Amino acid sequence: MENNDLTIHLKNITFSYPGCDPVLEKLNIQFQKGSKIGLMGPNGSGKTTLFHIIMGLLKPSAGKIEIFNTPVETENDFRKVREKIGLLFQDADDQLFSPTVLEDVAFGPLNLGKTKSDAMDIAKNTLDFLGLNGFEERITYKLSGGEKKLVSLATVLAMEPEVLLLDEPTSGLDDKTKETIKNVLMSLDLSYILISHEIDFLADITDSIYTLQSGAINYDREIQVHHHVHAHAHGAYEHEHD
Amino acid sequence: MFEEPSHNDSLLMHLDPRIKIVAVFFFSMVVAILNRIPVLLCAWVLGFLMVFIAKVSLRELVKRLTPVNMLVGFLWLFLPFTFPGKPILYLGTLPVTHEGVLYATKITIKSNAIMLTMIGLVATTSIFTLGHAMHELKVPKKIVHLFFFTYRYIHVMQREYIRLANSMKIRGFRAKSNLHTYKTLAYMIGMILVRSLDRAQRVHNAMLCRGFKGNLYSLKTFSINKRDIVSLVLATAIIIVLGVLEWKTTT
Ligand SMILES: Nc1ncnc2c1ncn2[C@@H]1O[C@H](COP(=O)(O)OP(=O)(O)OP(=O)(O)O)[C@@H](O)[C@H]1O
Ligand SMILES: [Mg+2]
Repeated sequence: MENNDLTIHLKNITFSYPGCDPVLEKLNIQFQKGSKIGLMGPNGSGKTTLFHIIMGLLKPSAGKIEIFNTPVETENDFRKVREKIGLLFQDADDQLFSPTVLEDVAFGPLNLGKTKSDAMDIAKNTLDFLGLNGFEERITYKLSGGEKKLVSLATVLAMEPEVLLLDEPTSGLDDKTKETIKNVLMSLDLSYILISHEIDFLADITDSIYTLQSGAINYDREIQVHHHVHAHAHGAYEHEHD
Repeated sequence: MFEEPSHNDSLLMHLDPRIKIVAVFFFSMVVAILNRIPVLLCAWVLGFLMVFIAKVSLRELVKRLTPVNMLVGFLWLFLPFTFPGKPILYLGTLPVTHEGVLYATKITIKSNAIMLTMIGLVATTSIFTLGHAMHELKVPKKIVHLFFFTYRYIHVMQREYIRLANSMKIRGFRAKSNLHTYKTLAYMIGMILVRSLDRAQRVHNAMLCRGFKGNLYSLKTFSINKRDIVSLVLATAIIIVLGVLEWKTTT
């Protein structure tokens, strides 16, 4: 069956924060290997929550999760998942904790059992790849918001994951940096789910866009390739053409 | 205490952190049991020497010595009057005892000598290097982690504090002595604690996502060179001399 390529499979997932109404209700997702998916949805619709459930950071109250065709339930199961799926947090401040950039990027590879010199090489290469050469000894909490975001992406990529979950990777980035991220994602042979509020960005680098609304996932549309001239004011900002 | 060390280029900076820790540890132990004023004075001078070699600026020195000496000053308020012994003078009807003054003096010198070497150590070694060096010295993993995360989360709390303070400032909050101020400050303290806890949880989650299994690795490899050995021998010699000076006159 085509099931072999089923990377992430959520079945009837229901989740609510203690004392609140359910954020996600009977949610189903089938994510195939090699797909590049965009996820949109209003603020507070549960996109971040969904990612945290996939990573095992939040436990759903009902439903089953299968990742790489294996059911995952315990913390131990999820440990293995986290070696293959990388999560970029919405808030970069949550992601960085080492004093220097190099140490932070090398943290993941070291946890995967790489030797110090290997981890160092991986970290350096990843930083170069993202155009962050010269950042190695910078202090993580003294970086600008956008720089933090890029370094966070480096910490995730350094683990060489098979799947990336990107929670608003471009929020707060300038156009040039956005372009960098776009190129990086397109050049990598990775599957990913990307949360963003910028439809143009999603359209450029994903195959299909889904929306999350009232606790359920809806297939939005196949990307329509269309060109238009951005002549109107604020054309560079998020907008839609219908 | 929480900022990263001044990036001066001192001799101590390049010493192996393990040697620094061991030397400061044993120095502090010996100083703590020293009893003779002249020997204590020697230790005090050594402490100053260390701070001098570490190129600690005067401002930093004062900033870091002040809390200790406030505590010591507090002792001076009580010890000379309450320690039993021979009175040397009377303040009103309160006798000031010779032994009390002596005792307080010793405590003053001891705590300052120890604090000075600690300052020398902290000013030339980053907290993380210290943690990793402790690990290398086979200090139990739990203690090293406690050390590491205490530092990390104090930082988190400080940052949450700055954020809240700024958001209060830009909305024109000025501390006065009224109910509004007290209420706001109480909210603020509550928010700092809750938000720090929250952020700590999220940082921990992020670490889990990157395969954290309870081990922290350092990229630094420590290697002992000739200068380290010389310093270790020198430090040991000094500590032994201090011990001998003390012991020779007590027996
Ligand atoms: N720790 C929490 N405790 C209680 N409720 C929470 C918590 N975190 C999020 N929520 C609630 O859960 C809902 C979904 O939050 P989530 O962060 O998943 O939204 P999101 O889709 O990522 O939104 P955004 O686009 O703003 O990032 C929101 O209504 C939010 O108020
Ligand atoms: Mg979110």
